[in-house]
Amino acid sequence: MKEPCLELKAVQKDYEGTSLLAGIDLMLQEQETLCLLGPSGSGKSTLLRILAGLENADTGSILWKGKDITALPVEKRNFGLMFQDYALFPHMSVAENIAFGPRMHGWKEDAIRRRVEQTLTIVRMEKFSERRVVDLSGGEKQRVALARTIAPNPALLMLDEPLGALDKALRDELGQVLREILNELQIPTIYVTHDQEEAFTVGDSVAVLNFGKILQIGRPESIYSTPASLWIAGFLGFTNQLPAKMIGVNPARVSTDLGEFILSGDLQPSLKVTDDLILIIRPEQVRPVNRSAGHNQITGTVHDSQFRGDGYRLALELANGSVFHFRDTMRRELGKKLTLEIPQSACLVYPAHEKNDHYY
Amino acid sequence: MHLTRRQTFFLLGLIPILFLICFYVLPLGVIFQKAFSGLSSQILSGDLWQKIGSPLFFTLKQAGLSVFLTILVGFPLAYGFSHFEFKGKKVFYTAVTLPFILPTVVVAAAFNSLVGSSGWLNLFLMQVFHLAAPPIQILNTLTIILVAHIFYNTSVFVRVVGAAWAQLEIEQEQAASTLGASAWKRFWLITLPLLKQSIISALLMVFLFDFTSFGVILLLGGPTFNTLEVEIYQQTTQLLNLTLAGILSVIQMAITFLISWFLLHDARTGGMVTFLPDIKNERLRKPANGKERVFLIALLSFLVFFFVLPEFSLFFRSLVTIDTHGALKFTVRFYQELFQNTRGTLFYISPLTAFKNSFLYALTTMLIAGILGTIAAYGLLHFRKTKLLQVMVILPLGTSSVTLGLGFLLTFTGVPFFQKVPQVLVPIAHTLVALPVVINTLFPAFSAIPENLRNAAANLGASPFQILKKIDLPLIRRPLLVGAMYAFILSLGEFGATSFLTRPEYPTMPIAIYRYINMPGAVNYGQAMAMACLLLIVCAASMLLMEYFFEKEKRT
Repeated sequence: MKEPCLELKAVQKDYEGTSLLAGIDLMLQEQETLCLLGPSGSGKSTLLRILAGLENADTGSILWKGKDITALPVEKRNFGLMFQDYALFPHMSVAENIAFGPRMHGWKEDAIRRRVEQTLTIVRMEKFSERRVVDLSGGEKQRVALARTIAPNPALLMLDEPLGALDKALRDELGQVLREILNELQIPTIYVTHDQEEAFTVGDSVAVLNFGKILQIGRPESIYSTPASLWIAGFLGFTNQLPAKMIGVNPARVSTDLGEFILSGDLQPSLKVTDDLILIIRPEQVRPVNRSAGHNQITGTVHDSQFRGDGYRLALELANGSVFHFRDTMRRELGKKLTLEIPQSACLVYPAHEKNDHYY
Repeated sequence: MHLTRRQTFFLLGLIPILFLICFYVLPLGVIFQKAFSGLSSQILSGDLWQKIGSPLFFTLKQAGLSVFLTILVGFPLAYGFSHFEFKGKKVFYTAVTLPFILPTVVVAAAFNSLVGSSGWLNLFLMQVFHLAAPPIQILNTLTIILVAHIFYNTSVFVRVVGAAWAQLEIEQEQAASTLGASAWKRFWLITLPLLKQSIISALLMVFLFDFTSFGVILLLGGPTFNTLEVEIYQQTTQLLNLTLAGILSVIQMAITFLISWFLLHDARTGGMVTFLPDIKNERLRKPANGKERVFLIALLSFLVFFFVLPEFSLFFRSLVTIDTHGALKFTVRFYQELFQNTRGTLFYISPLTAFKNSFLYALTTMLIAGILGTIAAYGLLHFRKTKLLQVMVILPLGTSSVTLGLGFLLTFTGVPFFQKVPQVLVPIAHTLVALPVVINTLFPAFSAIPENLRNAAANLGASPFQILKKIDLPLIRRPLLVGAMYAFILSLGEFGATSFLTRPEYPTMPIAIYRYINMPGAVNYGQAMAMACLLLIVCAASMLLMEYFFEKEKRT
């Protein structure tokens, strides 16, 4: 493994008695984009502010290319931070905003001018140079903020909910632009978001944060396919959950109110027969079938069927009263009986006690 | 008769406009006429430029100096209040912002009680060193004028700049630091430009105040210092040169209008001081290290010394007397004297009469200004895109009370009705002084009511008057109370216009204090202190009440 450019060791921070960060260890490689994913209050913004130097950690250290920078003042770090509400300087033009960083770093005037032009080209805002920032739209402000952040060639780029202040349509469009720019820039980047879709599309790797802890870190695919805890599965939007009991290992089998399910290989090794579990069924591989088998099937009546353009979102009312959501290719009559086949790979199990854990 | 909304607005608007034409445009017109008709003879007299130039130069000089010194005092205080949390902050803030509403005579009396020839400092030095005469003679110097002005100005500066600083988003400064800006550059390139607007309004406001300063100069500066205001007063009441007084008034008006125009030109600040601005503050924190703690302690010590000591000095000076052996003794005699005419002389100013007059005038002012202000602000809603509001506020605001007094004197003293009941002129003049403030408090409150509430009421069958009564008035109840109380305080302390208009037999409290303090004798001095102290307490209590209503309004 290569030497990381950024390394956090046991970074911890309290505020008035509550723990904001409970010991964060993290590494970032050159050219890597890491997404910090978590709900509001999970500590992701605090972590970013500590990295930027706007706040101090209570304990722990931050290393940049092997050197301890924990005590380095904010203006000496040259870490670019793009603020959630952009924090553009309202008394300066677009060009003056972008020129601010290079000017603080003592660049020559013509180098500053060239850099302003260059960054405006990167964010596709060439014509806006002399505009007042208060006259810009939300999307334009976002791009000026990005240009200002990258203008002084920061060693590390940090984006705090960069799409958070935009509406849905703009978010999709500018998210695409942002991804392209990040790919071109090749700067190590930390991207903070509460939106899993955004995190998965932007990040080379994703760290899931809650209650000031990193709960899981890895490639987007591995986090989506095997969430490390019930909480993460819930946070990722897997809502089809059933209480279950372990009844066999090799192959792993569980029983529920709705029948038995055989699971695929990689289970948490600590799980034993008779353990109470929560079975989570990921909806994307579920298909209606006509034949009935002894296991890995659920049956219910169609409760709701919504047309969603690229297919239908169906809600099935199950025998135990719960509702199961999945996508289908055709409209189904309300009240009709339907049997679904649940592939082994769509099943995830977690110990039932996680439901009572403090962070659920 | 059925009126449309538009007609209602128009008819309502006529009432304050007629009032302004009668009691504002007309008197000012008379001043102009007086000034220009006599201009040629005055120019011929030769030394006109000397007579104008000398007070004008001194007025500008003292106002400029006061403003400059206010920046030095006000900036650290504005910084301290917008950045730090500490015990008793509310009390300290009230102390530093109280002078804003204190009558000038009270401030003059307070400084007199501290550093005057019978003030604490001299009493103390005379006791310790057994001196026969007061060693410190700071009254009647430029220094004491500047000190009193800074005392006032700082309260405005801290309110305006401190509030703007507290509300300034912290992200911009943080963004600057992530882009490599040092603390000094951050302040210079980000914070200061973002505060610029509020600093300019605060400085224009205090310049306007110092430029038209009358009571402070007359009571503390003594006969040698003549500002334009004092000169107008002297020319009118002592030298009876009404033409010169008129010319000086016109010059002064031209300058104050210019300043007020700049002040109100910027729509964002609105040009006025708000009461207890909303202090949501991201930068508020406890002092983090020794350096900050020392700064804060020094700041608060200065605050107590400069802003609290004069009031306390006034209070305690009103409770002591010096016996025949030269020793200090506690006494409540001055307060007792206020409530009985022990001497029964003809020249004697009855304190009770002054109390009664002041409260009657203040209540009348409160009533007229409250009614007219409400109508004007409501009528102005319809013209909110025009500059009419600004003009209505600028005009009286930019007119000094002395000019107003002169205008009233020239215009109305010959009118039979006012000869019969001369007392009514005083509350009318006070209303003109208070009206801009009342309108400025009420207009934002009216504007904040969503137009759809009125539309919904109209849709349910309410007439324009019913809408005003059932929708608007209940919703602006608290701002109206704040505005009316402010009118009350302004009237209680008004000195400039009153000094032109009151007859000797109808003194107000400020006039009485002025007369007592200028009369010889320890009893008169003590009575001046006692009465100033009572006025101080009434004003301070009114301000606390006003802020209480304001806080309540904010929470709803």
